[in-house]
Amino acid sequence: MKSLLLLPPHPKERRIVFQNAWTQGYTPDIDCYVKHGGYAELKKALGMKPAEIIEEVKKANLRGRGGAGFPCGVKWGFIRHDDGKPHYITCNGDESEPGTFKDRYILHNDPHQLIEGMAIAAFALNVHLAYIYIRCEFPKAAGIVAKAIEEARAKGFLGKNIMGSGFDIEMYVHQGAGAYICGEETSLIESLEGKRPYPRIKPPYFPAVLGLYMSPTIVNNVETFCHVKQIFKIGSDEYAKMGTPGDGGTRVMCVSGDVMRPGPYEIPAGGVTLGELINDVCGGMKSGRKLKAIIPGGSSSKILRAGETFKMKVKGTDGEMVEKEVPLLDLVMDCSTLAAAGTMMGSGGVIVMDDSRDMLWALNNLNQFYAHESCGQCTPCREGVLWIEKMTTRMVSGEGIKQDSATLQNVADNIAGRTVCAFGEAASWPVQSFLQKFPEEFAAKS
Amino acid sequence: MDTHAATSTGPKQADQIPTDLLAKIDEAVTHYPVSKRSASLPLLHLWQNHFGFIDDSGVNWIAARLDLEPINILELVTFYPWFRQEAPGKTIIRVCRTLSCALAGSYDVREKFCKATGIDPCASGHHHAPPVSPDGKYSVEFVECLASCGSAPVVLVNDDLHEDVTEADIPNILTQYAS
Repeated sequence: MKSLLLLPPHPKERRIVFQNAWTQGYTPDIDCYVKHGGYAELKKALGMKPAEIIEEVKKANLRGRGGAGFPCGVKWGFIRHDDGKPHYITCNGDESEPGTFKDRYILHNDPHQLIEGMAIAAFALNVHLAYIYIRCEFPKAAGIVAKAIEEARAKGFLGKNIMGSGFDIEMYVHQGAGAYICGEETSLIESLEGKRPYPRIKPPYFPAVLGLYMSPTIVNNVETFCHVKQIFKIGSDEYAKMGTPGDGGTRVMCVSGDVMRPGPYEIPAGGVTLGELINDVCGGMKSGRKLKAIIPGGSSSKILRAGETFKMKVKGTDGEMVEKEVPLLDLVMDCSTLAAAGTMMGSGGVIVMDDSRDMLWALNNLNQFYAHESCGQCTPCREGVLWIEKMTTRMVSGEGIKQDSATLQNVADNIAGRTVCAFGEAASWPVQSFLQKFPEEFAAKS
Repeated sequence: MDTHAATSTGPKQADQIPTDLLAKIDEAVTHYPVSKRSASLPLLHLWQNHFGFIDDSGVNWIAARLDLEPINILELVTFYPWFRQEAPGKTIIRVCRTLSCALAGSYDVREKFCKATGIDPCASGHHHAPPVSPDGKYSVEFVECLASCGSAPVVLVNDDLHEDVTEADIPNILTQYAS
């Protein structure tokens, strides 16, 4: 993997889940992990009551790192420990949101950190069977994680009576087969059940109620499980303090596109502004070009335009909340600020584009992605994303017509909110936001 | 490209299952104590890894092994982009198509791979049946985001990820997999 990533951390970074993955000479085997203090937190957790573990995760203000940003401890709190049903946990390692590339490094370089986090979760949630769903485009990771599971079983960290606690937990790797939709948690569950991965409708199929095999199930992202382990290492209070209120700890931000030093950077939640991330951490724009647009949280998040300002409430000097005009590059990178700016933190995938980029071309690239990945279950999405893709492809080839912008808007508006899962929004938001932020580029091509 | 003929007239895959594949299949099924059906994807992967693609006999065999109807397996083969019903090239080249890689030149990279292997760059192969080089050695296809956007453009060749791929790297990559 890229040697650039083995550089010492940038001063703005604080590597916690990435602390081992980027250490020169660190290997993914269990001896190396144990030598670096591995499985000590599992031992600690096994000495606690399950409810206390969940309470710690809640106190840490850990939000899910997969995209939706749901508070992890709250999610876990939906599981009733002694309801007599089997419970399951599933790790979502289907990392495939364009712009997102963090879980791949954990899976390849530090698999035991994930396994330890999952074992802690299993004990807290009374789970005896867990699966790690890994996209098949990471063939080596599947082998590395499966080997790590074997090692952990041989050392008594998985299997029967783990670490003499009387608690049993089995864990297996399950490989996907190239479908983006499987990153949606109910789709992932269908896929794990051996079916076409059509997402389930919520309600009633909230995984915590009716998940895998119609039993209570928690699905968490790879990075999220790793943070669980780190919460028990650092302590929930200390962990929460690193972030902003309601958004604790660090978060891996994946920067790609037209910057000097693209890469994954682990930074405390709210620890940088967009401007610091791009200009300081990533070394600014490539070859002296100017910033044009930023997709801040994976391809599904709404695009932001250079020079934009946002009206939002910020803390004034006297501690009172005052309304202020915040320029784009001063936006703080945390869940609530980006939501207030009309977009989202999502999966932390920041795609930066410079002034040489054609926004219609960029949108068309994303439309082709969504057209390829729609599962086809819901009519508005199945038909709509294909029409959107056909239209922008035609516009790119110079055959746009006057009505195109309005038709694109209309089709996108009729997908979002009308589908079983959030893919409908994910596919519509780019169209709606590109049209809103760069209307002149679409008008010029239609 | 005459791979379809190989599919329909060649010996049935289900008649040639080696014992080590059977052992791997038996092991995979044990990972799903609650429902055998969950082993559908793992069995399809094992099958495709061994045979290169999945023919009708494979669909029927896997269905029977898991006490399912053939349609329960066939609908997976046709849905998931990873599974193939036709033989690919010996070396499978998957170029990432999505935004960050496209910004870094992945369209050029795919075209150059096609030209270097004698594949028609206009043949799409974006889903299921990748175009194969005339000598059968390579197939080249676009795939969606490979989740390595920080080292774009990236290319997955068999199980190996190649990062920051430039036109100049292409001859070396092809030589590496030639034997």
